[in-house]
Amino acid sequence: MDIKEWLSNRTRGGVHAPHRKNTAQCETVIMPPPERIILAMTQHIGAPCTPVVKVGDTVEVGQVVADSDKPVSAPIHSGVSGKVVSMTELLLPGGMKTAAMVIESDGEQRIHPSVKPPVVENYDDFIKAVRASGLVGLGGAGFPAHIKLHPRSLDDIDTVIVNAAECEPYITSDYRECIENSWDIISGVQTVMEFLDTARVIIAVERNKPAAIAELSNIAAGVSKSGREVIVKSLPARYPQGAEKVLIKACTGRRVPTGKLPSDVGCLVMNVASIAFISRYLKTGMPLVDKRITVDGSAIARPKNIRVIIGTPIKDVISFCGGTKFKTRKLLMGGPMMGLALMDDELPILKQNNAILAFAEEDVRLTEPSTCIRCGRCVDSCPMNLVPPWIAAAYQNGDAAAMEKLGVMTCMECGCCSFSCPASRQIVQTMRMAKGEVRKAHTPKTAEKEPAKEKTAVNK
Amino acid sequence: MDSPLVITSSPHLHCGMTTRGVMLDVLIALSPAAAASVLLFGWRSAAVIVVCVAACLAAEYLSRIVLKRPQTAGDLSAVVTGVLLAFNLPASIPLWQAVIGGAAAIVVAKQMFGGLGQNFVNPALVGRIVMMASFPDAMNNWITPLQGSAADAVTSATPLAVLSQGGSMNYSMSELLVGIRPGCLGETCALALILGGLYLIARRVISPIIPLVYIGTVFIMTWLLGQNPLVHILSGGLMLGAIFMATDYTTSPINKAGKIVFAVGCGLLTVLIRVFGSLPEGVSFAIVIMNILVPLIERATRPLPFGEKRRLRNEQ
Repeated sequence: MDIKEWLSNRTRGGVHAPHRKNTAQCETVIMPPPERIILAMTQHIGAPCTPVVKVGDTVEVGQVVADSDKPVSAPIHSGVSGKVVSMTELLLPGGMKTAAMVIESDGEQRIHPSVKPPVVENYDDFIKAVRASGLVGLGGAGFPAHIKLHPRSLDDIDTVIVNAAECEPYITSDYRECIENSWDIISGVQTVMEFLDTARVIIAVERNKPAAIAELSNIAAGVSKSGREVIVKSLPARYPQGAEKVLIKACTGRRVPTGKLPSDVGCLVMNVASIAFISRYLKTGMPLVDKRITVDGSAIARPKNIRVIIGTPIKDVISFCGGTKFKTRKLLMGGPMMGLALMDDELPILKQNNAILAFAEEDVRLTEPSTCIRCGRCVDSCPMNLVPPWIAAAYQNGDAAAMEKLGVMTCMECGCCSFSCPASRQIVQTMRMAKGEVRKAHTPKTAEKEPAKEKTAVNK
Repeated sequence: MDSPLVITSSPHLHCGMTTRGVMLDVLIALSPAAAASVLLFGWRSAAVIVVCVAACLAAEYLSRIVLKRPQTAGDLSAVVTGVLLAFNLPASIPLWQAVIGGAAAIVVAKQMFGGLGQNFVNPALVGRIVMMASFPDAMNNWITPLQGSAADAVTSATPLAVLSQGGSMNYSMSELLVGIRPGCLGETCALALILGGLYLIARRVISPIIPLVYIGTVFIMTWLLGQNPLVHILSGGLMLGAIFMATDYTTSPINKAGKIVFAVGCGLLTVLIRVFGSLPEGVSFAIVIMNILVPLIERATRPLPFGEKRRLRNEQ
């Protein structure tokens, strides 16, 4: 890498979070279908789906069971064959309530006749197929893929970045994708390149995964040709390398302006598992009904990478991994830096889940925050160049205009500030509340209150 | 689930550093200079350090009780203030005066403004300035180092005092480096202070910006003014001030650009006081004056959030 490129692509902040990739060598195990699955009607950013089957109906694997006519949404498919037994309500870890469908499995796993490879001849067919597949951003954000692949400024996209950074500690599901399904990834890359007519695809991997880098570089070298370049880029293993804006800067040197999208700087970022899924879907027609997740944490008896049917209750996932060896005190959906703490293990696996982590008592840190000593560790670690104590002071004063001016809306809640705070202050929590205040200040008082649109696209 | 699960906001990992750990690192970094002070000025400097620490701790403990606030004496920040105050006193200072300095530092400069993280000037420097105003003779009684017993201590002028009176220097560079010169008990051994500074930088407790820019500014300014820059950076309280006092978290800017402006200001004021002022030494006043300007410096050097462009003031 030459100096000029190093200067333009370097990113600021971040932390050296412990890697703890304990399951990196654990080959993916297929978990058998559970007795029942619970399908949340909201497994993506956007409009919730409404059921298209009724309680009592028989469904089969790959059958659409819920859909929406809103543009930003993605259909939901059954991962088991069996009977719809009830509709229920789930409280998602983000605090949102959503309807959910319970399907009892008959254990036969009959495939629905609609499951057949889609006919894709042009870009429009491709987008339609991606929508039909039910794909959402598998890195954690859950943004519907057909929307992402159809940006307003399609012609300006010159670079597709495949996010295989996987900077969150513990999680190795994307790493296993790179090792086990490297050909799917490259074939997905070629498909996207062809339909989006992009000249360059960069597959970004953190440096601490040399096997994945070697495997992908090998294949990529064979498929690169003039005008269609596939580059595997090794990036420093520094959290949050996989955050969309950080990744774009590290790969291309471009800065996504505040409030703008990656497509505004000619980039499109997709998670590596999403890319691999697209190529499998085009070959088999099997929609998104299962996915690979990492199950780890100090309480799990036998940590594993598993391929699990979406909707499987977490408690079934944990018992498949040998149950718990210590009492679980904290249960996380996602990684330890940005994952959400769950209230119980009855919740099902969602499309955008990539890890379930269960921690024993000694790993649960409950500390009273003490006073800020202005040490500046949060400032130094912020990838977005924010000054959290100033924003916190503006929040204390209820000054939404000052919070916005200080750039709180740029905060992606990566958690570097709280991670490095010696006073154990809940900085991310304060930033979240400050963002809420800014949104409130922008909402006209007479207008109906809409739930704030969350967009924290950090892929794990 | 038989036991309730713990729900907290992300992140669920922490680096493990605590405020107490930070203060402990500072104390470790101060220990070589403390050892040097005992070697140079005898047991009397150990006594001054112990008395200052005890006075600061007691003042912190009692203030928190009187103010009905949670007890914070255990966070070690008062111990750091105590050691720094002692380092800024001559070894011959009467111990009761050191107690008053410690109490002034903690009560007036720190607790009256809300305690740790809230004070706007460096508490140890306020203690020193209060003592300079209250006990000018005792605060200017510099004993000559390496005399063994302090009972019949011989006193002499500090190198900076000699310089400001137009005298010529009779200390070699190596003597200045190891601290064989009169001065405050913790400021003379530049070597030990630099060692402590390197420890703090290696442990990422402080960033090297303030010490380097501060000392660099003094070096360049004195050189431009036709003085011997090496004598200036190795004399007086510059090393102690630049490494341990100007880098105080609470009273220095939190952002990088602010730190640079702050350190340049400290350097300029130090040289102005030393060369043109009536006092021989200006580090304390330079830092305290710049402490007061920190909110303004921070406002003027606000970092730009990622993806934003610098706008002209009238557009905002």
